[in-house]
Amino acid sequence: MSESTTPPLAELVRQVRKTREYKRLTDAIPYTRFMGIGVENLAGEMLCRMAFNPRNIGNSLIPALHGGTLGALLESAAVFELLLQTNTERVPKVISLTVDFLRSGKPQDTFAKALITRQGRRVANVRVDAWQDDRTRPIASAHALFLLSEP
Amino acid sequence: MSDDFTLPEDKAERMERCAIFYTDVVPHNHALGLRLVDIRAAEATVELPYAENLVGNPETGVIAGGAVTTLIDATCGTAVFLKLGRFAPLVTLDLRIDYLRPARPGIVLTCVAECYRLTRQVAFVRAFVHQGDPGHPVASAQGTFMRTEE
Repeated sequence: MSESTTPPLAELVRQVRKTREYKRLTDAIPYTRFMGIGVENLAGEMLCRMAFNPRNIGNSLIPALHGGTLGALLESAAVFELLLQTNTERVPKVISLTVDFLRSGKPQDTFAKALITRQGRRVANVRVDAWQDDRTRPIASAHALFLLSEP
Repeated sequence: MSDDFTLPEDKAERMERCAIFYTDVVPHNHALGLRLVDIRAAEATVELPYAENLVGNPETGVIAGGAVTTLIDATCGTAVFLKLGRFAPLVTLDLRIDYLRPARPGIVLTCVAECYRLTRQVAFVRAFVHQGDPGHPVASAQGTFMRTEE
């Protein structure tokens, strides 16, 4: 592949896979920066964290995080897992996403971990859980399909 | 149920009451710039204006899926209120979104959601997202919501 056809994002992804400077990647994506979504290594495990921001509230009375923000965290965690833990050459395109909302999201940081359940040549299946204080009590979970490449 | 929660008969007044979920009481709807643009008996139409800070792929300029998820969730909730004829405590049980074709950058995303079945406890909603032509949606969605009041 010639240099002129190498997308800058793909090059950044290749570098971050090696250096683990995840912030360079999440900062390069306007939406994850806006949402306060980052990738971290915690105890040797790659996790996503969505930092609490009052702007992410959906119900001011309870208060609870907006369901859409949890969907955003789950989808982001799946995309970063595919980008950083596989050798996919392009940003995976989401085909479908199903989110189960299990508990209300408290106004605090939320974590997510994605698991690639199957990776084919063209399609990847990913499951993701999101939690706050207690990982064994997830607040939302998702399964998503991604297109990795087109023939 | 008190009058504070019952939606008025008049369409303009109904719109105004429902719009507070986009201008006021839901901070994240406001943060994304969501705006309620039309309502029917059990159907809501909400727009997500294009914004640079919502881009999910800097190379294509396409809006992130997460922002689309929020748009759909919010519009579905309003459709349930319209079907109920009043505001009632609701939680989203699940939401499935199919991405039918790539969204184009720079163009507003419009979500139309319809609550097509309401039981004592559960509301069923389907939604489409388009960019000007409702016949060519970029996403379709299906959601279920639970009424949490007694």
